[in-house]
Amino acid sequence: MTTQPLLDASGVAKNYGAVAALRDASLRVRPGEVHALMGANGAGKSTLVKILTGAIRPSAGRILIRGEARPLGSPAAARRAGLVPVYQEPSLIPDLDIADNLRLTGTPVAPFRDWVRALGVPDLDLRDLARDLPLAVLRVLDLARALSLEPDVMLLDEMTAALPANLAERVIEVVRGEVKTGRSVIFISHRFVEIAALCDRATVLRDGETVGVVDIVPGIEERIVEMMLGARVEKTRVAAAARDAQASSGPPRLSVRGLAAGSKLEDVSFELANGEVAGVVALEGQGQDELFAALAGSIRPSRGTIAVDGEPVVFGHPADAIAQGIAYVPGDRTEALLMQRSVRENIALPFSARLRSWGPLAVGRERGLVSAAIERLQIDTRAQREVQRLSGGNQQKVTIARWIAADARTILCFDPTRGIDVRTKREIYRLLRELAAQGKSVLYYTSELEEVQRVCDRAIVVFGGRVVDVLPVEIADEAALTRAAYGLPREAASLPASPSGATP
Amino acid sequence: MTDTATLDRPAPLGRRIRRFMSDQPLVPLIVLLVILVGVLEFLRPGIVNERWIANTVKFAIPLAMLAACQTMTMLTGGIDLSVSTVATMAAFFMAAQSVALDPVSAGAIALLPALLIGIANGIGVGVFRVHPLIMTLGTSLVGIGCLQVYQRTVIASGARVPDGLTWLGTGLTGGVPNALLLFIPVAAFVILMLRFTGFGRLLYAVGDNERAARLSGVQYWRVILALYVLSALIAGITGLLYLGLIRTPSLSLADPLMLPSVAAAVIGGTSIFGGRGGYAGTIVGALILTVLTTLLRLLQLPEGARLILFGAIVLLVTAAYLRLVDDR
Amino acid sequence: MSRFLRRQGWVAGLFVLFLALLVVTRLIQPGYGAADFGSLARAVLPYAFAVAAQTVVVLAGGIDLSVAAMMALTSVTAAALMAGASEEFALAVVPFVLALGFALGAMNGALIVVSRVPDIVVTLATLFMLQGAALLVLDAPGGGAAEWLKALIVGTVPIPGLPGAVTDWIPKALVVLVICLAVVWIPLRRSRLGLSLYAIGSSDLAAFRSGVPVARTKILAYALGGLFAAMGGLTLTMSTGIGAPIPGPYLLASVAAVVLGGVALGGGRGGLLGPIIAVFVLRLVRTDLTLLAVDPNVTTIIEGVIMVVVVMLGALVAMRGRTP
Repeated sequence: MTTQPLLDASGVAKNYGAVAALRDASLRVRPGEVHALMGANGAGKSTLVKILTGAIRPSAGRILIRGEARPLGSPAAARRAGLVPVYQEPSLIPDLDIADNLRLTGTPVAPFRDWVRALGVPDLDLRDLARDLPLAVLRVLDLARALSLEPDVMLLDEMTAALPANLAERVIEVVRGEVKTGRSVIFISHRFVEIAALCDRATVLRDGETVGVVDIVPGIEERIVEMMLGARVEKTRVAAAARDAQASSGPPRLSVRGLAAGSKLEDVSFELANGEVAGVVALEGQGQDELFAALAGSIRPSRGTIAVDGEPVVFGHPADAIAQGIAYVPGDRTEALLMQRSVRENIALPFSARLRSWGPLAVGRERGLVSAAIERLQIDTRAQREVQRLSGGNQQKVTIARWIAADARTILCFDPTRGIDVRTKREIYRLLRELAAQGKSVLYYTSELEEVQRVCDRAIVVFGGRVVDVLPVEIADEAALTRAAYGLPREAASLPASPSGATP
Repeated sequence: MTDTATLDRPAPLGRRIRRFMSDQPLVPLIVLLVILVGVLEFLRPGIVNERWIANTVKFAIPLAMLAACQTMTMLTGGIDLSVSTVATMAAFFMAAQSVALDPVSAGAIALLPALLIGIANGIGVGVFRVHPLIMTLGTSLVGIGCLQVYQRTVIASGARVPDGLTWLGTGLTGGVPNALLLFIPVAAFVILMLRFTGFGRLLYAVGDNERAARLSGVQYWRVILALYVLSALIAGITGLLYLGLIRTPSLSLADPLMLPSVAAAVIGGTSIFGGRGGYAGTIVGALILTVLTTLLRLLQLPEGARLILFGAIVLLVTAAYLRLVDDR
Repeated sequence: MSRFLRRQGWVAGLFVLFLALLVVTRLIQPGYGAADFGSLARAVLPYAFAVAAQTVVVLAGGIDLSVAAMMALTSVTAAALMAGASEEFALAVVPFVLALGFALGAMNGALIVVSRVPDIVVTLATLFMLQGAALLVLDAPGGGAAEWLKALIVGTVPIPGLPGAVTDWIPKALVVLVICLAVVWIPLRRSRLGLSLYAIGSSDLAAFRSGVPVARTKILAYALGGLFAAMGGLTLTMSTGIGAPIPGPYLLASVAAVVLGGVALGGGRGGLLGPIIAVFVLRLVRTDLTLLAVDPNVTTIIEGVIMVVVVMLGALVAMRGRTP
């Protein structure tokens, strides 16, 4: 009976009216394995996870745990059956302290503390309110809570997405250790590097169906991408076009000097030229959030200056930044979109923002600009009446299309490709390069280091609230960036040293 | 659900009906209105005639106008509970000032408290970020206090309802209520404003996702201030019209319209959480509530039973409407 | 200490404000004494219960517009049942009315959960319905109340070993209030159920994922609200000796005191103590204005302005707290 799977789901389907979110998914997880669940956005991963964790009921299908059918009617029932999830968004109650959160879910405190320590958060105070903790810590706490319930099968949904590299490595170590005891982990991620490092097998979903189960071996990435997309894709890199030297003559588009804001951004200076895509690379919480917020006019810097086209500016409101042609695309789509409104209204929103455009809409002009932006980003407009009906990738495109339509000269992109599918990612890379070729400039923060060489002209590395290095794109590979992001000097020999103690 | 894949298979009938209702939210409302009128005619044959219709419209208009205030504020995720007080104040000031002044100056003075309350609401909600429910309840309380103090002046000097208002409020021309002269422009203004102006867009945007609106350069407080001033002015004008209809100023003149105005907007399909809805539905909602009131009066129910039924129907209609419109 | 201040600072500040107002009252009216405090406590009773009802619901992320109507209904029910009945019969009336409030509150919650209509609309509708029901029970103020019930909130509590000068400042009404609230609130606050209540107010989704039965907890929150409202209705009958079918000004007052008491509208944050102190503060302001011989109508204006200004400042503080 060694081959009896811990979890055996087959023929699982979920319909919302006529919309099939999941048609025929199957997933078999053996004891002691880390099993990747993969698929492009809209393939049905989240739906399957929700079914397995009792958040929603399937319309059809059979789910066996250790060979037995167990009821999964609610999150509590799923937990009793031995399935414990860690969702993408933190699941602690924001207004309760950690101790009360543990009490609410009946989590034993001692193992929880041990796991938290093992995951690399040494100084947690159980009396802290969840809302006062940073996102990365909350995710670690979610994981620790799941681990201390000793589940048979743990589901990790984009577990490492919001984590700084050092915590992500700890997580991977812990997960590896966990499966040695005969338990299993279902691991959902868009990052092949992690999957290659961690997983034993992968189940690939496409359009709500399981299209294949593969062993993770070197070179399997292409095969998986092929299965996810349903067609062969060429692995061409969008080569960073060598920047035209003449284009950057005159004052820089954006010039930042000694900028400090909040408690994390200490002292950042850099210039962004016209026609340039500058990458910003940093571990979680090094001040990059504050940097982008300050440049977007969302928060006021406490020190330092910002100059646009050589003229010093002070932003009191995002409207001021927009008036200078600087637009901000947040990483979290729900921060940027009007979910109940149409694609068109979402894209046209900046047109109405200023007081003088409160009057009658210029319907014809608006329609032209919006259609052009939709066309350019190839947004799937079949469900355009409400943005919330679009897939994640298409939603992200809408947030960018808005500023294409508004013809912003500078776009601040904060991790725009987090958690979206490969195809959409590639489209976004191409678009950003096109914008740069037109003389626009882009500041691009990314948590996926391999993107830097695909998109950027150079990489500005921020560590501890300061710029520690600026790497030309030729040498900005993942290894070099990782070293720099940990604050290590460029010259020193091979990479990455032990992550422990790297955070300040 | 972000992970959905639409299929091209034909939808079942029930779902197609629902889709249709969702795209045409006015249809179920109008059907309900017709049913109610039908029931009325069935219970008292012959009651539904030209005069009755004119009368119903006449009484539905002030309600629909106050409900315009609720619709607009609800679109931003707010609510304006000060509308009945504002309307009453406008009416009261009008009646008192008309003794000595010409109707136009009296009207201008009468709208002054409306303007002040609107500004106060707008600043409280837009700048200080007080919950609209609290802010408007608070200004409403202050307004009532002022009214009570002011009432003494009126007792001393008497009150008068200008003939023009009476004509507008109660008069019929060729069987058509004169009040439509005021209402049609107001309604057209609100509907067009919501659909075809930048300001209308911003109301939806701010109600749907304030942060997203901010990142797009929208200055929240300006939108909210303008909104609550507009809401208060419409409420004030409604008060003047209502004075012409009722013809006796009292301290609780427009109170009976307060809660129905919220109900009319909700029945009309405007989401109380913001971002979704429109004024056309609200107008039908106001008509439905007016017909319903007639129906209940006709059944000679005791006051208490009437209230119970009224509440139950509001609840049922809203729930049914949600089922019809919500695809999920 | 800083943690305590951050979490309880608002409540502590309110309490200091209340004490300061007491001092002011003494300055205005040097004769203000224990008897006056007793009547303040009696006047506060129905407001305090209305606020407690609102607080429980708001903490759970809802709002109950039907509070005042619920009080009117329970008050007339009690008054109608006790009219001409024996003193002993009242012993049965009290639990019956409390159960009625609990059940009607649960109905509110169940309607919200089942219909999926926003709470503000559902309780608006039940406001109509409860008010209508009150009019069906008694169409004009009337009914009666048992003597022992009326006596329950008049006078002071003699505590052996304490001098009269101290016990004079412990009016029975205050004791009744504290006992009634404590009996329900303290066990609740310490239980997992209480945590669930805060959880659904704080984040529906996170609560659901933490295995909290969201629907059941929400219904319970409204039921407890109904229970407190019924207590409030009973105190109305106790202090007036009759029942009146027209709802009093308790809705506005309850919401204002909840906000003033540091409970976040939207749920999850705050406690019961803050709103209760806030009610005392609001009533004492009114007393002071009356003592200053201000026209009662002007008093209403001032009271309203104070409420609006305080709430605005509170909102400002909350906003600053969010973006340091």
